[in-house]
Amino acid sequence: MNIFDYERPETVADAIKAASKPGASYYAGGTNLLDLMKAGVRTPDSLVDITRLDELQRVEPQKDGSLRIGAMVRNSDLARNALIQKDFPAVAEALLAGASGQLRNAATVGGNLMQQPRCAYFYDPHSACNLHEAGQGCDALEGVNGKHAVLGWTKTCIAVHPSDFCVPLAALGALVEVDGPDGSRQIAIDEFYRLPDASTPPGSALKQGEIITAVTLPSDAKHFAPRARYIKLRDRTSYAFAIVSAAAMLHMGDGRIKDARIAFGGVAAKPWRAREAEDALNGAEAGEAAFRKAADAALADAKPSGDNAHKIELAKRILIRALKAAADGTPATMPDLPGSVFATGKEAR
Amino acid sequence: MADIPMVAAHHVRLGSNSGQSMTRKDGLAKVTGKANYAADNRPEGLLHAVFAGASIARGRVTSLDTKAALAHPGVVHVMTPDNTSALSQDPDEKTTPFTARIDVLQHDDVRYAGQPIAVVVAETLEAAIEGARLIKAEYDEQPARIGFDDGEAFTPEAVGISTPPKFATGDLEDQRKQAASSVSVVVETPLQYHNAMEPHAVVAAWDGDKLTVDMPNQAIGLAKPSIANYFGIPAENVTLRSPYLGGGFGSKAVLFGPQMLGILAARELKRPVKLALKRDQMFGPVQHRSATRQTVRYDMDADNRLLAFEHRANVSTSSFDNWLDGAANAGLSLYATPAISVAHTGTRFDTGTPGAMRAPGIATGSAVIECAMDMAAEKAGMDPLEFRLLNYAEKDHSNGKPYSAKALRECYETAANAFGWKDRPLKPGQMRDENGMLTGWGMGTSIFHAPFFPAKARAVLRKDGSARAETSGADMGQGAWTALWQMAADGLGMAADDIDFDIGHSDLPDGSVAGGSAHTASAGGALFAAGNDVIRQLAEIATKDSDSPLFGAGNERLIGENGRLFKASDPNVGESYTAILERAGIDEIEGQGRGNRDKASTETYAMFSHGAVFAEVKVDPDLYQVRVSRLVGAFAAGRIINPRLAKSQLTGGMIWGMSFALHEEGVHDKRTGRPLNNDFAGYHIPVLADVPHVEALLVDEDDPHVNDLGVKGVGELGITGTVGAIANAIWHATGVRTGRYPIKIEDLLKGAEALKA
Amino acid sequence: MALRISLNINGTEHGVDLEDPRPTLLDVLRERIGLTGTKKGCDRGQCGACTVLVDGRRVNSCLTLAVSLDGTEITTVEGLADGDTLHPVQAAFIENDGFQCGYCTPGQIMSAVGLLSETGGKASAEAIREGMSGNLCRCGAYAGIQDAVLEAQANIAKAGKS
Repeated sequence: MNIFDYERPETVADAIKAASKPGASYYAGGTNLLDLMKAGVRTPDSLVDITRLDELQRVEPQKDGSLRIGAMVRNSDLARNALIQKDFPAVAEALLAGASGQLRNAATVGGNLMQQPRCAYFYDPHSACNLHEAGQGCDALEGVNGKHAVLGWTKTCIAVHPSDFCVPLAALGALVEVDGPDGSRQIAIDEFYRLPDASTPPGSALKQGEIITAVTLPSDAKHFAPRARYIKLRDRTSYAFAIVSAAAMLHMGDGRIKDARIAFGGVAAKPWRAREAEDALNGAEAGEAAFRKAADAALADAKPSGDNAHKIELAKRILIRALKAAADGTPATMPDLPGSVFATGKEAR
Repeated sequence: MADIPMVAAHHVRLGSNSGQSMTRKDGLAKVTGKANYAADNRPEGLLHAVFAGASIARGRVTSLDTKAALAHPGVVHVMTPDNTSALSQDPDEKTTPFTARIDVLQHDDVRYAGQPIAVVVAETLEAAIEGARLIKAEYDEQPARIGFDDGEAFTPEAVGISTPPKFATGDLEDQRKQAASSVSVVVETPLQYHNAMEPHAVVAAWDGDKLTVDMPNQAIGLAKPSIANYFGIPAENVTLRSPYLGGGFGSKAVLFGPQMLGILAARELKRPVKLALKRDQMFGPVQHRSATRQTVRYDMDADNRLLAFEHRANVSTSSFDNWLDGAANAGLSLYATPAISVAHTGTRFDTGTPGAMRAPGIATGSAVIECAMDMAAEKAGMDPLEFRLLNYAEKDHSNGKPYSAKALRECYETAANAFGWKDRPLKPGQMRDENGMLTGWGMGTSIFHAPFFPAKARAVLRKDGSARAETSGADMGQGAWTALWQMAADGLGMAADDIDFDIGHSDLPDGSVAGGSAHTASAGGALFAAGNDVIRQLAEIATKDSDSPLFGAGNERLIGENGRLFKASDPNVGESYTAILERAGIDEIEGQGRGNRDKASTETYAMFSHGAVFAEVKVDPDLYQVRVSRLVGAFAAGRIINPRLAKSQLTGGMIWGMSFALHEEGVHDKRTGRPLNNDFAGYHIPVLADVPHVEALLVDEDDPHVNDLGVKGVGELGITGTVGAIANAIWHATGVRTGRYPIKIEDLLKGAEALKA
Repeated sequence: MALRISLNINGTEHGVDLEDPRPTLLDVLRERIGLTGTKKGCDRGQCGACTVLVDGRRVNSCLTLAVSLDGTEITTVEGLADGDTLHPVQAAFIENDGFQCGYCTPGQIMSAVGLLSETGGKASAEAIREGMSGNLCRCGAYAGIQDAVLEAQANIAKAGKS
């Protein structure tokens, strides 16, 4: 790691001031930032430690029924939060399907949103990568890329966003609350991420100095609670990044799907909300045929970015699985293997 | 922690000597953080060293910019080929078959990615790490050659340490003419990296021309003179301490460049230096398992008896050294095959040099053989177990020798019963569990040699009744601290708790290499013999002492037990060790021991440990994620010194088999040769959630020929057989054989789609 | 930028001088304080060997800046036993042979202690397997690790009832 300056401001306002300097980064859980610094692909001039900003640590129900989650709430605390478990079970399941117990104890809501891709070429400072510096090129294009993007990629970057937590957030239309030198604003999570284009690599809407202060789950998202799942395909039973994953949530009425929410992980440079699939489901009868149609709609624009055509088929199948699981009902208690295809034996709520 | 019931430490120890399931002697140290591994040492004045690795796999360093590193606060020195003194021995010279060619800043050539090209030494670890990052190199780069289609092929002179690369017996063509059917399978296995949890490390301190080295090492007796040779000092000037190894698996048996660079840095800077590899640096200079491309063919007669076995293996090595995994020798002694033909070819990759990795050759080869056996069983329309029993080898068909002992039938029976192997549908895809998961059952045979190395040990009995036993041996997790202690105590006829026991230090008698699954037999045999030598001397004193109740019993068999020497014919006639020494006025008796294997036995018998592994897998019928729901093995390996530890070795091996079958794969970029998954997020090994049930059963086996004590090894046996058992279970669940390891979701998907088409 | 921090480690206050903010908790424990029981297996949060408790919660000490922990309470493997009296998780690891080489063991034990406090003593075998999956064991001592954590959980529960 390079030598950097360190500050631990007492207020968000002071933090913003400190982080507005070029080369400054926020330090929260550290689980991704320190990893990248040790790899030598991030070399911030200064770190602004926001771990003790009390105002970012709270989970607060709002008057309008929404739930505001402070950006410094740790992943494990959020997963155990009674309101999250009750109203947003797929969020809890996704949190618990990610990383390890130790990492979840450290990783934060804001940090999870800001996670960088796991692409090996990005992690290798000697490889060409537009995420190192725009214009370097992308060594993954002709390299080992079986786990790379099938949606929303360009030749600028084919990496995927690795988060589990953000997938149900995308499905639920969470709002990201941001504060910064120019004041605060709310950004829909879908708008928070910028996909790569012909010359710019993927990124976020944050400007230098801006800080995520909270994520808000809208009140109408609660009606999915009885039928909400997150399922994640991976190379080992736990502690592995998703090959593909899906959050599926169904709001039923009169025997039909009144409202469906779908998002994928592991397919694009952002958690991928699949509105076409939602549209295909709305009004339909829950069942294999409708789920298959939704899956085809979701991946209609998918194309392999390399040796990863299998991910398109697997994404369809994981969505069908997640929809079936959601239709079966949210388990009464969290499965012992959260998010796993091997999660079994739990009665629905 | 008020309501947590604390447990007195001594309550968790039970039993005494051989055959007893004692808990680990080193257990207390290991659960309290007191076990001292090499990198835990912090001598006064310590400097930290970190090497910078090459970012190309083939070519030459043309310039090295060290300015930024040297300017970094805390950095005291940067070693490069320009300022590093020559070693006293050419690091490319192979002084013994165990010597690896190493890279120690003696030239500008780059032979693999990650090869050390500079070493940064600093006052703090942080500064050394950053200094290494700041080294900027320019290269004259040649295209990397990675993979069997890119690398240069050659005909090897040997595989493994010095095994012939080709072997044939019987008339293959003639047998094939009589064959009614055959199966043939081509399977690729990837580069695998040992990745012991403890990265290779050294703490080196010079005092004039005397050197003290803390370094995890599986073969202290070999390492000590080799280090001395590199640095031009007498062997007796080297003290090597290795009381605990954080895993070895073969990769800590020989010396490697980075650790020698740490010693070199300490010499140049005249201060103690610590150099510990970073995890990503474990994917280059410290060996790996060769990649292979193998073909196995079995021919059968109309009664489904095997007639011919052919195994070909194309095996990777580096561009500059010659270790090749002996995959095609794995099946020589396995099944009843009248004609055998095996051969290796080599291919040079621009990687570091491979080496022995847990069950070298056998793991790699049996991973393919066991699949071919199940394919043959399928062709025969037989249950895989029945098919193996039909082709059970009553002798070693490669040389006609009888086995020194072979309880494999009992292993098959024991494991099959414990697993519940019955009514298994012959066709794949027939079984589903209550959750709709495809379920498959598969099996494999385990086999591993029972070698024996010349080890030495010393035992001392003192007048006060205390005793000491020692050998340089190494505990890398197998349980040497415990099992060898038990054997030493048995040799002395004392309770283990009553003797001091020491291993892991170069001042002790050479306990030989902890490898080849031979350590318990070799070093344990030496310790037992050393204790016996003490008792022999004690008996001589007693039987010549007219005041002893044993006077005149020189021609009788005497037994030492619980610190008392007595007549075998009348246990009441005897006296304590202390009484004998006291009366004789002798302060202590020192005994020397060497383990023994009868030469004639070696020539007469084929010596192996055996086992049978049964696997149950669950496979998602749409998504093809795999979970090994049950692994049950039964193993026969002669006399078992400590069943608790032996079972741990065997289940550990079985989990390695799971890892081979489903997870491990070192991936290199074909253009640059750089490893792409050189961390534990990318290079997967199983986690606890992958291992819901693994069980090893021990089958009693009396091997009167293998060595004096009838001890064989269990460290590597478990991985063999397991790889194939899991692949076979996956086939049984899905009908798919992917043709390469690890077995991946995308390959199963592709295979399943092809079956449907 | 030199900094001085204070850490309460296993009940003892340690003042630590840092020449810059880089050192991780792991390297401070091992290289500056001399508590080498906590091990470095990957230095990237991928193996769990460096697991310690910070204010009672298990974390990877390799991915934590020491400076950020000024004033916190740290428990390492050296702080679990009371002299010759072992914590039930330590005792169960010995009894169930939950380790071989021992290098991942301090992290396994600290992770198990953290897990058992997270689950309140009611974890199923499957939940323990999942909950301990952040701790790699290359020797493959997983059968013993699982049994050890289950046994420790049962023993702690038993003591709680009596």
